[in-house]
Amino acid sequence: MRQLRFIAKKEFYHILRDPRSLAIAIAMPILMTFLYGYAINLDIENIVVAVVDFDRTLESRQLADRLYQSTYFSRPERSVVFEDPEAALRRSQAAAIMIIRPGFGEAVRGRERFSLGMLVDGSDNTLSAAIQHYSSVIVADYTRDQMPLNLTVPFIEISTQVLYNPDLKSSHFFVPGLVAIILMMISALLTSITITREKETGTLEQLRTAPVKPWVILSGKIAPYILLALLDGILVLVAAELLFGIPFAGSELLLLGFGLIYVSAALSVGILISSLVKTQQVAMIAALTSTMLPSVMLSGFIFAIRNMPRPLQGLAHIVPAKYFVTIIRGIMLKGAGLDILVIHGLSLVALMAVLMTVAARKFDTRAG
Amino acid sequence: MNDRAVVVEDLSRHFGRFRAVDGISLTVDRGEIFGFLGANGAGKTTTIRMLCGLLAPTAGKGSVAGFDIYRQAESIKKSIGYMSQKFSLYPDLTGRENLNFYGAAYGLDRKQIRVRTQQLTERLNLQDFVDRLSSSLPVGWRQRLALGVSLLHEPKILFLDEPTSGVDPVFRRKFWQLLYELAEEGVTIFVTTHYMDEAEYCGRISIMHQGKIVELGRPFELVERYRAANLEDLFVDLIRNRDNVNAPA
Ligand SMILES: Nc1ncnc2c1ncn2[C@@H]1O[C@H](COP(=O)(O)OP(=O)(O)OP(=O)(O)O)[C@@H](O)[C@H]1O
Ligand SMILES: [Mg+2]
Repeated sequence: MRQLRFIAKKEFYHILRDPRSLAIAIAMPILMTFLYGYAINLDIENIVVAVVDFDRTLESRQLADRLYQSTYFSRPERSVVFEDPEAALRRSQAAAIMIIRPGFGEAVRGRERFSLGMLVDGSDNTLSAAIQHYSSVIVADYTRDQMPLNLTVPFIEISTQVLYNPDLKSSHFFVPGLVAIILMMISALLTSITITREKETGTLEQLRTAPVKPWVILSGKIAPYILLALLDGILVLVAAELLFGIPFAGSELLLLGFGLIYVSAALSVGILISSLVKTQQVAMIAALTSTMLPSVMLSGFIFAIRNMPRPLQGLAHIVPAKYFVTIIRGIMLKGAGLDILVIHGLSLVALMAVLMTVAARKFDTRAG
Repeated sequence: MNDRAVVVEDLSRHFGRFRAVDGISLTVDRGEIFGFLGANGAGKTTTIRMLCGLLAPTAGKGSVAGFDIYRQAESIKKSIGYMSQKFSLYPDLTGRENLNFYGAAYGLDRKQIRVRTQQLTERLNLQDFVDRLSSSLPVGWRQRLALGVSLLHEPKILFLDEPTSGVDPVFRRKFWQLLYELAEEGVTIFVTTHYMDEAEYCGRISIMHQGKIVELGRPFELVERYRAANLEDLFVDLIRNRDNVNAPA
């Protein structure tokens, strides 16, 4: 009994005297509870749906109002170009577009059959299923209200066309995002481990007495990992093609360019970690916690960011994976080009620049 | 100034409130073997790290090979060789691969590396070991290999932090013969050790305790001055007296 108490006491000392692992031990469960508790919210609200109204009658306006009165749907910020409604989907300005062709008002008044058009962005498959379901409910509701005698024969139907991921396969939705997560984890993990290993063996110290600039040491050490990460990315994409038949709609070169920026950001995270910790073990834990969790939860990989509470949405802005998930889905599934992705690309560049600078600074100090 | 290899004035390094090095002053001449002694935790490694440009001092002045330790760390690095207290070779590389790698790090070209590796393996008798993984080498050979690494770029000053710890007496004797040869060639040697027989080989020694240098001089003169039986007794007495003074009464 006495022995047990002493062992337990010693163990407490171990924990209390190592603030970093203590921080991880406390912060990780909290973070996980927090993220799992709030971020997993599959109730979808405020999906941006554009209505392109060619009919311009009282009835067509009533239907649009119905749509937007529900909590499910909201209006796009910019109005949709009539000639090319699909552009709004490509640019992710709307998740779906309802097209009301001329004759709708008449059909409602005369209780004739009529078919509404609907274009749905299928690259997010949960979302697109929800859109189809909710919109048909609302249309049926509206139709019923037009029936004086509670006749329940639906005479207005929606003919839906799903773009980009017509089969609504979740693999099409997940695999590109997975590339983002794997690149982030591998890059951050491997760099932080390789640098802390040199700290452990003392070789980093030896190296720093040689007239080599810190940035040279750094670049030399991380260069192989850039290649390794890109190889990883390519492997996943090839598997995606072979196993899931995921199409590659856009430019491979563009993806490679963004991929390099993204991997650099991820490597910086690894360098940053290794400048803060001393051992490989701690580096590994820190790298996994700081990259995997945010990249999975706050990148839009599974959970739509717009459905998260405000603070988490804010946090997502500093998660590099958020930008890369958008970029890689855009390129692979929608064939989006630089003109559309430039905003996300610039955000990613800015994030990478900040991370790189901080990491290089940290690595450079003679403080410890 | 220019015939001084190392000049240190009132140099300090604090870690938070703790004064690991607390205002030390010393000079080392060119070609001298200077023994930097002290108890565990006295601040020897911390001092060496400041002199090698690995650690920024908290206060004080210092120059190595005529270069200022604050502003000219890069020039210092070109003139010094360093053997850290830890085993500092890549365990998963062979001796030769280690030499090649560090040679490149010191800015030698391919031919220079080949020539220097050849010279050093002969001089250090490493022929049979240079192609083995360095993790598989006995400690004595490892330390020789590490010395080889620190000599690759023909430095004018060598900082050796406990180069012979864990090494058997025969090996230690040979190691010191090498140091003597190097000193004769004009290389300054700044060495820490816990072996008092090694301290006797040094031209001058300093004894450090709790961040301060408590004695400095030629080994024999110090022994005489304190009327000690030998260096070891002197060392133990000096440290013990200090501890008693500092201990709460
Ligand atoms: N980076 C650091 N942060 C905090 N304390 C440190 C750091 N480096 C060294 N110290 C402390 O400074 C003191 C002096 O350490 P140093 O390694 O210089 O001693 P030393 O004389 O080389 O001892 P040894 O003979 O054991 O090698 C020790 O108490 C050590 O714990
Ligand atoms: Mg030491």
